[in-house]
Amino acid sequence: MAWWNPLALIRDALTGQRVRENDLRHLVSNLPYEGLGKKKQPNRYLPGNAIKTTKYTLLLFIPLNLFEQFHRLANIYFVGLAILNFVPVVNAFEPEVALIPICVILSLTALKDAWEDFRRYQSDKKLNSLPCFIYSRKDKQFVERRWKDVRVGDFVKVLCNEIVPADLLLLHTSDHKGMCHIETSNLDGETNLKERKVVPGLCATEPNFESESFNSVVVCERPNNNLNHFKCYVEKPNTEKVGAGIESLLLRGCTVRNTDHAIGFVVYAGHETKSMLNNNGPRYKRSKLERKLNLDVIFCVILLLAMCLVGALGHFFWRQALPGVPPYLVPDSNGHVDSPSLSSFYMFFSMIILLQVLIPISLYVSIELVKIGQIFFITHDIDLYDEETDSRIQCKALNITEDLGQIEYIFSDKTGTLTENKMVFRRCSVMGTEYPHKENAIRLTVMDEPESEEEVIYNQEPLPPQRGWSLDSEDSDPEGTQRRHESRHKNKFAANAQSNVAFSSPLETEVIPDRKLLRRVSVAESTSISSQKMDPHFEFFLALAICNTVVVSMGTAQRRRTHDYPCSFQSTNPLDNFSNLLKQAGSLRNIFAPKRDRTLSDTSFKEDDRFNPFPKVDDSGVFPSHSQCDESSGVCYEAESPDEAALVHAAKAYGFILLSRTPDSVTVRLPSGRVLVFEVLDTLTFDSNRKRMSVLVRHPITKECVLYTKGADYSIMELLGAPYAEHLSGNQKNVVADTQYHLDCYAKEGLRTLCFTKKVVSAKDYDVWSRSRQSAKAAIDGREQLIMDTAVQLETNLTLLGATGIEDRLQESVPDTILTLREAGIKVWVLTGDKPETAVNIGYACRLLEDEDLVINMSCKNKLACTSILDSTLEEVRRYENDPRNVDTTPDISLVIDGRTLAMLLSKNLQGRFVELAKRCRSVLCCRVTPLQKSGVVKLIREKLRVMTLAIGDGANDVNMIQAADIGIGISGQEGMQAVMASDFAISRFKHLKKLLLVHGHWCYTRLANMIIYFFYKNLANVNLLFWYQFYCGFTATTMLDYWLLIFFNLFYTSVPPIMFGIMDKDVSAEVLLGVPELYRTGQGAGEYSFCTFWVSMLDAFYQSLICFFIPYLVYQDLDVDVFTFGMPLNAVSLITILLHLSIEIKAWTVVHWIIMLGSFAVSLILTLLYTSCVTCNSYWTLQNQLTDPIFYLICIITTVVALLPRYTFHVMRNSINPSPIVQGRHLDRLDASTKEAWIKEWRGYRGAGEVKRSKLSTPPSPSNSRTTASADFLGNDITTWKSLSSGALQHGALSARRENPHSPLTCE
Amino acid sequence: MVKEENESPNRPDNTAFTQQRLPAWQPMLSAGIVIPGFVLIGLAFIGIGVALLITSRNIQVLELDYTGTEQNSPCFQCSDPDKQNCVCTLQFSINRLFEGPVFFYYGLSNYFQNYRRYGVSRDDGQLYGDLSYFKEPYDQCEPYRYDRNKRPIVPCGSVVNSLFNDTFRLFQIVNGQQKEVPLDGKGIAWWTDYNIKFRNPTVTPLRNAFNGTVKPLFWPRPAYELDTSDPANNGFINQDFLVWMRRAALPDFRKLYRRITEGDYTNGLPAGNYSLEIAYNYPVLSFNGRKMVVFSNVSWMGGKNEFLGIAYLVIGTLCVVMSVVMLIVYAKFKFPEEE
Repeated sequence: MAWWNPLALIRDALTGQRVRENDLRHLVSNLPYEGLGKKKQPNRYLPGNAIKTTKYTLLLFIPLNLFEQFHRLANIYFVGLAILNFVPVVNAFEPEVALIPICVILSLTALKDAWEDFRRYQSDKKLNSLPCFIYSRKDKQFVERRWKDVRVGDFVKVLCNEIVPADLLLLHTSDHKGMCHIETSNLDGETNLKERKVVPGLCATEPNFESESFNSVVVCERPNNNLNHFKCYVEKPNTEKVGAGIESLLLRGCTVRNTDHAIGFVVYAGHETKSMLNNNGPRYKRSKLERKLNLDVIFCVILLLAMCLVGALGHFFWRQALPGVPPYLVPDSNGHVDSPSLSSFYMFFSMIILLQVLIPISLYVSIELVKIGQIFFITHDIDLYDEETDSRIQCKALNITEDLGQIEYIFSDKTGTLTENKMVFRRCSVMGTEYPHKENAIRLTVMDEPESEEEVIYNQEPLPPQRGWSLDSEDSDPEGTQRRHESRHKNKFAANAQSNVAFSSPLETEVIPDRKLLRRVSVAESTSISSQKMDPHFEFFLALAICNTVVVSMGTAQRRRTHDYPCSFQSTNPLDNFSNLLKQAGSLRNIFAPKRDRTLSDTSFKEDDRFNPFPKVDDSGVFPSHSQCDESSGVCYEAESPDEAALVHAAKAYGFILLSRTPDSVTVRLPSGRVLVFEVLDTLTFDSNRKRMSVLVRHPITKECVLYTKGADYSIMELLGAPYAEHLSGNQKNVVADTQYHLDCYAKEGLRTLCFTKKVVSAKDYDVWSRSRQSAKAAIDGREQLIMDTAVQLETNLTLLGATGIEDRLQESVPDTILTLREAGIKVWVLTGDKPETAVNIGYACRLLEDEDLVINMSCKNKLACTSILDSTLEEVRRYENDPRNVDTTPDISLVIDGRTLAMLLSKNLQGRFVELAKRCRSVLCCRVTPLQKSGVVKLIREKLRVMTLAIGDGANDVNMIQAADIGIGISGQEGMQAVMASDFAISRFKHLKKLLLVHGHWCYTRLANMIIYFFYKNLANVNLLFWYQFYCGFTATTMLDYWLLIFFNLFYTSVPPIMFGIMDKDVSAEVLLGVPELYRTGQGAGEYSFCTFWVSMLDAFYQSLICFFIPYLVYQDLDVDVFTFGMPLNAVSLITILLHLSIEIKAWTVVHWIIMLGSFAVSLILTLLYTSCVTCNSYWTLQNQLTDPIFYLICIITTVVALLPRYTFHVMRNSINPSPIVQGRHLDRLDASTKEAWIKEWRGYRGAGEVKRSKLSTPPSPSNSRTTASADFLGNDITTWKSLSSGALQHGALSARRENPHSPLTCE
Repeated sequence: MVKEENESPNRPDNTAFTQQRLPAWQPMLSAGIVIPGFVLIGLAFIGIGVALLITSRNIQVLELDYTGTEQNSPCFQCSDPDKQNCVCTLQFSINRLFEGPVFFYYGLSNYFQNYRRYGVSRDDGQLYGDLSYFKEPYDQCEPYRYDRNKRPIVPCGSVVNSLFNDTFRLFQIVNGQQKEVPLDGKGIAWWTDYNIKFRNPTVTPLRNAFNGTVKPLFWPRPAYELDTSDPANNGFINQDFLVWMRRAALPDFRKLYRRITEGDYTNGLPAGNYSLEIAYNYPVLSFNGRKMVVFSNVSWMGGKNEFLGIAYLVIGTLCVVMSVVMLIVYAKFKFPEEE
């Protein structure tokens, strides 16, 4: 079989196809075949690891791009017209000239596409050439290659903190147990480490892995996009099969952590890897406005055809009416005159050419330009600039700015988007006593303060060792204050640099102990040591330190986030800040330790030089990363969830330092320095049914079996036994009630609460239990259930120790933003992977849920239950809505759904009802949602309700959702750049959303909508002049203007003003838009660009063109006026009318407006004068002649007045009689700054706290029509009416307040 | 603490322009503001309208149709297309002095000089006196480009070909005697047309330039013999030719033929009887057209036009009415919240 044999080639291709589509793939090592030709390679049919996301190739760019561009209907139209112009019998203008516009447009678009594709190419190239280690048989070792060289069947070695280049079956790791930790935040946004095991029974345990000796066959399934599932078995030469699953697969894009190196066998490469398959390419987004615009363009086409038909018929009848062949009828070259019908047939096409401007060719280009301008302003907004990360907003999608002004639904991620994803220990309650940790709270608020000081290059000497805490001495020492200040600054710095360490920025690790509690603990310790009795405070902190699964790792195996993985999985998007990322990667060497000016532990503070190479804040704005390790003790905590880490750090602050954890023991150092080693008897892991976890240890001193349990309050409270320590006085019996009260307070504050309990298990009980536990573990059927049962058996009669409140700190101004968005008529959904309790807590904290809301909790186990719950809820909600008492109020219904229920609700037969219910809910909270479900929800709402959706998220798990929504917003924050890459806009803080939507969205939308309407109007008004003239020239497609002047008209005279209008017009100022969010609603739904406004302006155009034509016509009727002299006043009048029309529409005149409007007029005058000075042109000297004629001016004046009178009057009347909210907003704008501010503040004050419910756009009580008397008195009046209004609404609101607040008024402090 | 001096390049400029905070004038259209405007515009318009109307009323116009399709028309027999070199005479009288200067127009109706293909059927190169176009006229001139023998037609094209060729002589009948009214044919065309846009070839005598070319089909005489009385008024700068070449905008039009400014008629046409001798050549039956002559005097605003004055009056009144409406609206909707 020769290589060039075409049959062989086809057969080869078919084989390849078959191999790729096989359900099972048999993969063997490439090593025996190394160096052989391509034909001999066993895995040659499978794709390599190089990825290609470009659309075009160099050679095929022009044809492909043209093909792509001609998918746009408009382009075909324009080309068709240009061609039509070349047909002699129908041409209306010089054909070559007609080609210019379309050529310009096509080439501009092609340039843009080429640039975008080039950027994709560059990012692919960078990604493909990242280094990795592949085993080479020739060199007998792993040699450095590039990602694109990886093939299926290769052996790849990944070092610590490196990114996995392809999907690898893990065969060997440096760990003697064959374990490997990976971080999958690039894929799913989860920051905790995941364990991967080598395929058992292979060559795992040998210290050195011999790739060459691998002679098994790996059989795996076809590539799929399921990140959590993988089926595979390895067939050894002796036909023994070893199964392997996802627990042995290293996914492309993950980062290897805590493991020196890992060696894997490539099973999927390149586009077949799970992460690439998970990345459905970005949807081509077309804005809603543009979709509507296209519909209106079709109307224009119909209008055009109708007008052409009128022209053709008119021509026909005109010709029919002629009795003979008049001298002005030009025969063809043979002296033959076309028949009227043929001539009118030709005329139809000539008319199309004549009236082609009706379909606005320049509109598409203008829109592009306007959007560029709008994006310029958005990206230059200083309010959307984040100083800490030194990043502006990035607009990645250039064509959907106006959609920002029409959003009706926002789908938000929680962690990292609403919250900072930093867990902070806030306060605790021990034995019914609340320790508010005021200093800690102060520290946290101080850290929140915006820093404006100059960056301090941190270079301070190690602090003198301190023992314990003495707040007073610190505060009295000015130097110390200063230093602390600096250090705070530094900490903030580090915290905001992408925290390269999971959950361990100084903010999270440093806890300032409560003084009272600290004293209690030190007393307790001394007593407990001496009396051998355990003080509850002492126990509480032991529980904090012990009852978790936090792994302690030493500084050597530290884990840090690398930034050199530039998001390969979104490579279809241009990598805007690729270079930035590379810089970051380079700066990784600058590792420094977070400096602490106070040591929290009793161990002496010791600078570790290794971690102290003094950071340099380099110019690129990239902050050096820092070690997560507490250098004072040399330990690092690796927690599965950030709250656990926060608790361990809290314990550490009080001196209870978790030193190490092995499966069998936990080592804790006490404040006194004593080290206790607890033997771990068992760990009852967390599950979502029990909502708690326990650790059973043997106390080293008392030798008792002690069970420490922590969990959600409701799962603990029912298991409590007798109060702790009967020896304590009777008033301690209230511990449970008090703690419960504190827990409620915490929850109100949005803290995550956990209860800690202890139980001493007698030796006898333990023996019994451990036997049942053993048998449960050994069981085959229902093992998990049995194990859970045993756990439940043990977790009884618990003794409450205390409770903690942990804060997942909300980002700055999140509640305010959400409240404002809600007032703007946007429904906010939060889709989170978190558990419902946390999500609900955060929901309250960020004012997504309000206390008086009706919260519907949907959580069901099977579909049947789900259906019935859904039906009954829907029924209830409907009933509620139909209740006459609730007519004017929007029921503030909120929905909380868990992931499993959501999956059922999304199924085909339930989704309709679900959408129905969701539509009536003000906010929806979905918990435990998978990335796929997120996008499913977004798609469902978008498609079923036909609303504008926005998705915002920060992690890779939000990518699907971001791409599914109409607008995707990525938050460049803690979790890599995945979301940002996939997004249309990238912001750095959630609060930026407020200005982005309310101000820029509103502006962009109204600007563009008005600009487009104006454009249609302009073209119609202009073209209709030509049309009316046809009635007086026998419908012969004559123009009374020179063709060049017609081109000038659209190209120079009237092109810039609408673009300026679309970029710069400002109907309402930013302050008012932010202060009165209701104004946003004007853009939602149909918005300003509606069927109605479109046709009104079209009718206006008709009217104006009639006036502009017929007034000059009636003046010049029967006089000795020639064609071009007649055309001049028409041109002038039309120009002036069109410009003045725009100036009626312009809401705010800045210098730029004046310059452009007057400039346009001046340019048109000068250009026309210049043009009419050219001898060869037809309209030679006509304008000059007209300018000396007073009639010309008289015509211009009266025509413009008559043409604009209706619109002007309409505006005046509407503004006076029925002012729209926007107009009222503008009135507000005209007040002076302080009055305005006071007014907005007052008004917001009355709305605040969710008291006022408004079902529809309540017109703000604006001082409209009060231009002259915008006095305080007037405002006062106004506000009182408003107040009475809102109190009325409040009564309605009370009816819907079903969620009773058990502890109101709440006084937690 | 010192404010950060070297701001990062990423930080947007905090200028009024980039932050969209440029000081702006925000006009609010509402009833109260526009009332004075409406009143002012209304009054001004009424004033202009009155002035225009008075001016227009003072303009005298005399229109005489001589198409001759009616039996009783003196030109009836001339309207027969077969009749050559027909002359007819139109009698008319003027009651009072027709103030001068009197403009003498000929008018055509239903004549579409603005037909597109008619309009482009000309060769500006020829008319500019460029001899190279004499040999090969512009192709848009088809079918009036070459004659049957492939000789180029100069000037070529449809506009030229259809040159209006009726001529008029005006007599005042004084005591039964015909006294010819001198007609001034100079300067009736645009100055720019006569001096710049149209030029004769710089060949003397002019007829030599036309060697090898033929005259337009419908023309009785070649271009260099258009005006037999005045040799300077020939070729492409013949005034009547220039007037014709400036195509009328609308199908009913008049074109300036002569001015009456000389001799006894400097002050206008005195009252009395007149006769107009018409050399009837131009056929109009093929398009149901009509021919007429128009005598008119002009004011600063040109010819007689009542429409503009009336329009100004109407709109002015409308504006005043609108201002009253606005006043009512203003009074009613001044403070909507207080109600």
